Amino acid sequence: MAKQAAPVEKERSMIMQKQMVEGLFEELATAREKGRKVVYTFVPGNLSELIRAFDMLPVYPEINALQSGMRKKSAAFIRDAEKWGHSEDVCTYVKCDIGMMLNGNVGPTGQKLPEPDLLLLSYTGCFTFMKWFENLERLYPNAEIAMLHTPYQEGGRITDEMRQYMVKQLREEVIPKFEKVSGKKFDEARLAAILANSKRTDDLITEIFAQSKQRPSPIDAYFAGVYYIGPINIGFRGTAEAVTYYEELLKEIKQRAAEGKGPVTPEGEIKEEKYRLVVEGPPNWTSFREFWKLFHDQGAVIVASSYTKVGGVYDLGFRHDPARPLETLAEYCMNCYTNMNLPQRIDLLGKCITEYQADGFLINSIKSCNSFSAGQLMIMRDLEDKLEIPVGFIESDLVDPRYFSYSNIKNRLDSFFQMLAQRKVLASV
Amino acid sequence: MTPIDEIISTCRQLAFDLNFNRAKEWKAADPQRVLVGFTPIYFPREVVHAAKGLAVGILGAGDRKPIIKGDAYYQSYICHMPRGIVEMALDGNLDGFDGFVFPSICDVMRNLSGMFQLMGKGRFAKYMDFPQNFRREIGGSFYKAEMEDVLQRIEAINGVKVTAEMLDRSIALYDRNRAMLAAIYDIRQEHPWRLAYEDLYCIMRAGLAMPVEEHNLMLEQVLEAIGRERGVPEDRIKVVVAGAFCEQPPLGLIKTIEGAGCYVVDDDFLLGSRWIDGAVGAGSGDPLAAIADAYLTRSVQSSVVYDVGRPKEKRLLDLARRRGADGLLFAAPSFCDPALLDQPLYFHQCEKDGVRYVQFQYNENTGQFKVIKEQVGAFADSIKLWEGETATA
Repeated sequence: MAKQAAPVEKERSMIMQKQMVEGLFEELATAREKGRKVVYTFVPGNLSELIRAFDMLPVYPEINALQSGMRKKSAAFIRDAEKWGHSEDVCTYVKCDIGMMLNGNVGPTGQKLPEPDLLLLSYTGCFTFMKWFENLERLYPNAEIAMLHTPYQEGGRITDEMRQYMVKQLREEVIPKFEKVSGKKFDEARLAAILANSKRTDDLITEIFAQSKQRPSPIDAYFAGVYYIGPINIGFRGTAEAVTYYEELLKEIKQRAAEGKGPVTPEGEIKEEKYRLVVEGPPNWTSFREFWKLFHDQGAVIVASSYTKVGGVYDLGFRHDPARPLETLAEYCMNCYTNMNLPQRIDLLGKCITEYQADGFLINSIKSCNSFSAGQLMIMRDLEDKLEIPVGFIESDLVDPRYFSYSNIKNRLDSFFQMLAQRKVLASV
Repeated sequence: MTPIDEIISTCRQLAFDLNFNRAKEWKAADPQRVLVGFTPIYFPREVVHAAKGLAVGILGAGDRKPIIKGDAYYQSYICHMPRGIVEMALDGNLDGFDGFVFPSICDVMRNLSGMFQLMGKGRFAKYMDFPQNFRREIGGSFYKAEMEDVLQRIEAINGVKVTAEMLDRSIALYDRNRAMLAAIYDIRQEHPWRLAYEDLYCIMRAGLAMPVEEHNLMLEQVLEAIGRERGVPEDRIKVVVAGAFCEQPPLGLIKTIEGAGCYVVDDDFLLGSRWIDGAVGAGSGDPLAAIADAYLTRSVQSSVVYDVGRPKEKRLLDLARRRGADGLLFAAPSFCDPALLDQPLYFHQCEKDGVRYVQFQYNENTGQFKVIKEQVGAFADSIKLWEGETATA
């Protein structure tokens, strides 16, 4: 008989987040009757503050896709998108989203999502976003379209030309589209007030993820980390609600740290922290809990991850600046993790490995996501050479269950953990 | 051998020389000269030319080099071309190049720019962000800054400060090159038997590995030769090929398409060479602005340019109609997001307009053409047999 999973221990912040997300989906479900306008946009480079400044509601197609993956609905959506003409080779977030739309656009909570009034393509760190929106444009022919092209940090820095290009786009293309769709005039002072809350959440999220520098780490910065970044990435950044949520979350984490407790997982608390890892790449969503359990069972805690920086990198000092509203939005977009060049990514990962005292570095390479995956093997080798850290490499996918092979992943992880164990034995001699 | 046969033979050799010997010889003749490698699709070669440089197309290793080290850099689900480029870089094929430019096209090529930076190949490895905003004062200004950055990097190597006159001279040469290629395509539209597509492909590809002045002389002779009757017309359908703009199929596959009963009357194999529709125009007073303007307003339809307001499926079918094509071949490399994500848009438009199409995928080192030959052959036969039964392009 299969062992029944233990009930997940819910902390207050978890309940708060659940309420926030449910509230958003409820607002979306009733948006039409309440006359609210809806924006479809993406997580990296998301302009939550601007959307809030126009009293509009955000929909994030990749969040819907990952939720569909977690709820075991993505396989059917992907199959339908492939029947519609998409290749097996392409991004499964795109196919999952299009499949969901072809099946009536019923969102993860079971409520039908409203069609977009505005498609805001904040094209940051992922070329496929552009292709995704070109597909969506055909599916939603009545939506207005705004494009915000975020230049890549190819030289490892943000130049004045890049900043000016983005600010001009915001001022002359994006904001006029928001004004047209919302019927409201842009109010820079209102945007600045929202950005003041963002700055506060930037500080809080940075402090939260810094907690895992402690031993034992009170949090898992990958599996639990994806929940922590939820509110800032799905439209709540800039709200008072988000500030309250992150204050509560930080308080809980500090309390755990003070009590010397390890991370909360769906399988219960990690009682003994055996390995501290830094993980690169997004998680698999279709077998999220099984995946997490593989680490839990080994006492492995992820102390830092690149994926939690996909919607913004705050470790290196970036904070939203209410005094420069448009410039700060531009800089925020350009600072997202996948918009950084490979040497910058290596530096950032190396900093995490060192500062968080990691025992190992692991890559979860995602079939669907070239933005992350292309170059990962070189990143791995570079870090292994420079830091002499044990490295591991596993492969899966975002939301296509055909590409999550439990036994393959377990075998590779077992070998990786054996290597870490051996390293600890040698270090203790 | 006739002059055109000699040109074809020379170009066939130059096009697939993975050591780029002609370009390296050219560079060796003058210490100020620089070589700048660039990956697909489009790069304004005029800019490098004006700075006493030669922009050389790097299109992967194709089926002409075993990939051993390159495979260690990429997972199985990433396209093939960057493996070949890494292999070439590690094997020294690209030694002697001063810099590399990776035009924005997809995330794989974008990250390849970082890999070149990490490998320390060339004096610079630049990812070139092409604007996806098409207003002159926004996207145009940004694009000008990108070109100025390339010029500065070259100037740091050879000390050449580029003037408007130098840029104008280069623009005129590349305008001439594009105009002659356009004229060749126009002749082939009506008389495709005069120059096999396989040969045209080699001629165009060689142009990415040699000085434009020499290539222009060759194109003049080709035009002269195909301006007269040449070859024998065959009972083939006319097709437009779409989706092959980055990773190039092996030459054998291109030959297979025509051998299976098709004349390729337009395509996107080497789209960068024909990217600007018409002339950039020398003598504008602001040559970089002229290049930017041409990009913003006269780029051909492509999977890597945001197409809002200019639906690519309609542009592709318009092209097919203009060329009098009987159908479309969608040939995309495996794992090519830009090409493959466009396909549903194309397929649905074709079905709506009653245009016949066929689709297949390939890798740059695909070795078996039989299945594709049968597929394309059946497609050509179906059009010939059922001609007039349904609407065509």
